[in-house]
Amino acid sequence: MVQINLPKGSEVQKGNYFKDKTGSKNIKKVNVYRWDPSSGDNPRIDTYEVDMDSCPSKVLDILNKIKNEIDPTLAYRRSCAHGVCGSCAMNMGGKNGLACTKPHSEIDGDIDIYPLPHLKVKKDLIGDLDGLYRQYKSIEPWLKTNSKSDSMEIIQSKKDREKLDGAYECIMCACCSTSCPSYWWNGDKYLGPAVLLQAYRWIVDSRDDERQARLKKVADELKLYRCHTILNCTSACPKGLNPAKAIAEIKKMLATANI
Amino acid sequence: MSSYKIIDHKYDVVVLGAGGSGLRAAVGLSEAGLKTACISKVFPTRSHTSAAQGGISAALGNMGEDDWRWHMYDTVKGADWLGDQDSIEYLCKEAPKAVIELEKYGVPFSRTEDGKIYQRPFGGMTKNYGNGIVQRTCAAADRTGHAILHTLYGQALKHKTEFFIEYFALDLLMKNGECKGLIAWNLNDGTIHRFRAHTVIIATGGYGKVYYSATSAHTCTGDGNAMVLRAGLPLQDMEFVQFHPTGIYGHGTLISEGVRGEGGYLVNSKGERFMERYAPKAKDLASRDVVSRSMSIEINEGRGVGKEKDHVHLHLSHLDKEVIENRLPGITDAARLFANVDVTKEPIPVVPTVHYNMGGIPTNYKAEVLTVNGSEKTVPGLMAIGEAACVSVHGANRLGSNSLIDLVVFGRAAAKRAAELIKPGTPHEEISETETQKCLDRFDKLRNANGENSTAELRLAMQKTMQSKCAVFRTEKNLKEGVNEIRKTYDGMDSISVKDKSLVFNTDLVETLEFDNLIRQAVTTVDSAYHRKESRGAHAREDFPKRDDKNFMQHTLAWCDGKETKISYRDVHKSTLTNEVQYFPPQERVY
Repeated sequence: MVQINLPKGSEVQKGNYFKDKTGSKNIKKVNVYRWDPSSGDNPRIDTYEVDMDSCPSKVLDILNKIKNEIDPTLAYRRSCAHGVCGSCAMNMGGKNGLACTKPHSEIDGDIDIYPLPHLKVKKDLIGDLDGLYRQYKSIEPWLKTNSKSDSMEIIQSKKDREKLDGAYECIMCACCSTSCPSYWWNGDKYLGPAVLLQAYRWIVDSRDDERQARLKKVADELKLYRCHTILNCTSACPKGLNPAKAIAEIKKMLATANI
Repeated sequence: MSSYKIIDHKYDVVVLGAGGSGLRAAVGLSEAGLKTACISKVFPTRSHTSAAQGGISAALGNMGEDDWRWHMYDTVKGADWLGDQDSIEYLCKEAPKAVIELEKYGVPFSRTEDGKIYQRPFGGMTKNYGNGIVQRTCAAADRTGHAILHTLYGQALKHKTEFFIEYFALDLLMKNGECKGLIAWNLNDGTIHRFRAHTVIIATGGYGKVYYSATSAHTCTGDGNAMVLRAGLPLQDMEFVQFHPTGIYGHGTLISEGVRGEGGYLVNSKGERFMERYAPKAKDLASRDVVSRSMSIEINEGRGVGKEKDHVHLHLSHLDKEVIENRLPGITDAARLFANVDVTKEPIPVVPTVHYNMGGIPTNYKAEVLTVNGSEKTVPGLMAIGEAACVSVHGANRLGSNSLIDLVVFGRAAAKRAAELIKPGTPHEEISETETQKCLDRFDKLRNANGENSTAELRLAMQKTMQSKCAVFRTEKNLKEGVNEIRKTYDGMDSISVKDKSLVFNTDLVETLEFDNLIRQAVTTVDSAYHRKESRGAHAREDFPKRDDKNFMQHTLAWCDGKETKISYRDVHKSTLTNEVQYFPPQERVY
C-alpha cells in the first residue's frame, strides 16, 4: 500500500491549552488552527475553553470572545458581521461557511475551526485568496456595451434582469471554490465555481454585447470542464446560491451555440 | 529610535480606501491618465459600501415627475440647514448623471415595467418642495451597495488601477502644511511602504465603531480621519452621528429604510403606529433623526415592546409576498439569521442604532480638504471623499440613500479636480525623514507596548461611554461626564498591551492602531457635542431643545492633539453654486 506523508513543516501539532478562567459551568472546547509564518514553527491546534453563557450565537462571536478575552494574538479576517462582505469565510465543524452567520449551536461537541481548505495560509485562519482574485480579474467582470447615450440607462426588461438573480449576489467569500475537489487539484487552471458563477453573471446580462466572446473565453478543457458536477459548491454557499447550476448553464450554452 | 526598512513608491495620486468613493475616484484618475495607487486594509469588495441596502438617490423621474431642485430642497431640510448649499446643489444636479454612469458600468438595478431603473420611496424624499412622497431612490433589490461596490471594483480592474490590498495606512506625510504622501504597513509580509503622491485622497469611511451598538463593520474605524487629526488638521461637525431607526435589537444589523419605503411601519407596545403622531405627513418616512427620536421617546415613556420594553416592532408581514421576495430578500435573510424572525409572519424587533457619521474631514464640493487659519483655505495635496469627508452635504442629518450618491458624485469630482491640478509624471520634491520617523516611532511604540490594559478592554470602555453619554438625546450633564470619562479611557493608552509582536497579519497590532484612531475621534465627537448648545438634526439636546440659527448655524471644527481639543466654528455656505436654483433660507423643520 502506498504511504503518503506530509512534508515535515506542514504536520499539524498539538498546541496550547487555554483553560477557562471564568468558572463557567457551560464550557465549549474550541480547537483553532494556528500558524505564524514568522515563528518558523509548524502549524498547531490551540484549544480554548470558552464560556458559552456570555457568548452570542455565531461562530464569529466565539472568535471575537477568544481574541478579546483570552488570546489577542489569534488572527482572522472579519468585517461586516452580517454576511455581506465575505471576509470571515472559514472551515467550521468540517464545513465551509461565514463565521458571522454560522450558528455555533449547529456544531455538536468540540468546535474545530480551520482556514478555508487547500489555500496557502498567510497566518492562522487567514487564507491566501490572491489566485482566486486573479482568476476573477481574468473573466473581465465589467459590462461591455456599445451603448453611447450618457443621458439614459440601457433598457433591460424585468425578465432579463431576473436572469441575474442568483448570480450577482455572490460575495466572493470563496466557500464554494475551496470546497471543490476539482479546484483543490487544479486551482491554478480550473476557474472554480465562484469565478465561473461570475463569468455566468456577465454572460447572461442582456446589456452585454460580448456574450459570444465571453463564452469562447471560458470554453476550455481546464478553465470550465474540470467541473465534474460534484456539487460541493452549491451545498457550501452561505448565500444559498447555486454555482453548479450556473456552470451547467454555461456548458449547455456552449453545447447548443455555434462558437 | 525605531528602524524599519522602507520601500518607496511614487504615484501621481494615492487613494486611501477602496469602498464606493475610493473606487469611483480611482476609476476616474486612471481614465485621466494619472498614475494611481489604491490602498486598502481589506480587499475592495469587503468594504462597508457592500452593506448599503436600500438604494441611491437621484432625480431620474422614472417613477413619476421629479426635479433635482426638489432633491436639493429635501437634502437641505434633512440636513437641518447645516449643509453647504453650493455642495448640495452640486450633489443633486450631478446625481442623475452619476447613476446612469453606474448603470453603464453594469450595476444590476431592479427594473420598472418599461425596463428603466426602479426607484422606491425613502425617508425625507418629497416632490415639489415637501408636498407628497416621491420615488427617487434607485435600487438593486435591497443589495444596492453590494451591487455598486462589486461593479466599481470591476471598473477599476478594467482601468488597471494598481491596488495595494491589506495594507494598513499609518500616517500622512506633511510638509509646510501640504500633503506629500503617506506611510502604510503591508500586512501580507510585514514591510513598511512610503507612498509619495501629489495628491492623497482619503476615502476611509466612517468611525461607527466608537459606539457599542452600530450597524458599522468592525473595520469602520475612521483611520483617515485620525490621520488628519494627527497631521494637525481639524475634523468638522463630529457631534452629528446618525442613529438609524431600524437596527436589529440586540445585534445591530441594519434593516433597510427600504422596508418602510415599500410600506412597512413601526408599532409600539400598544399596537399604535406611533409615527403618525410625530410626523403626520411623512409618518414612517420622516427623516432618520426624527424617527429615531420618536422611537426613543416611545421607549422612554414605557411603550417599548419586549421583556425590557426597550425596543419597538417593524411590521412588514402585510406586504405582498412578491414585494418581500423581489425587493427585500436580503433583509428577509438578516431577520431570520439575527432575530430569528420570519418577516412574512412576525414583526422585526428594532432599535435606533449608530449608522453614519455626518461629520468628518472638511472639504469643498471639489473634494479639496479645508482648514481655517484666519480664513478658510484648502490644504494642498489632500482630498477627502465619502463618509470620511464632511463636504458638507448631509449637514446635521443625512437622508437615506444620499450616502451612496455622495460616494460616486464626489469620487468623480475628486478625480476631475486632481486631473486639473496634476500633470501626469510631475517629479516629487524632497521631504525630510523626520515625518517618516515620527510615524514609525508611534508604530513601534504601540507594537512593543507591554502595559496592563488590553486593547479590547479600552475599546469596550470607550464604546460604553459613547453609547451612554453621547447618544440620541444629550444633556449638559451627561456630555460633561462623557468628556471626562473618555479622557480616562484615553489615558489608559499609556499602559496598553500588545501581545503579538510579529509583523505579518498582526491583527492584535491592527486593532490597537485602530483603537488609537477611534479614541481620538471619540474625544472630538463628545467635545464637539458638548460645545453645541442647541438641537439640530441628529444632535438633540434636552436642555437646548430648539435650533439656534443665530449662534449655531455654523460648522464645528475640532482639532485634537492627544486628548487636548480646540473647538472653533466656520460659517455654513449660504449661497448656491449657480443661479439655476435659489438659496433655501432656514425654516421650521416638520415632516
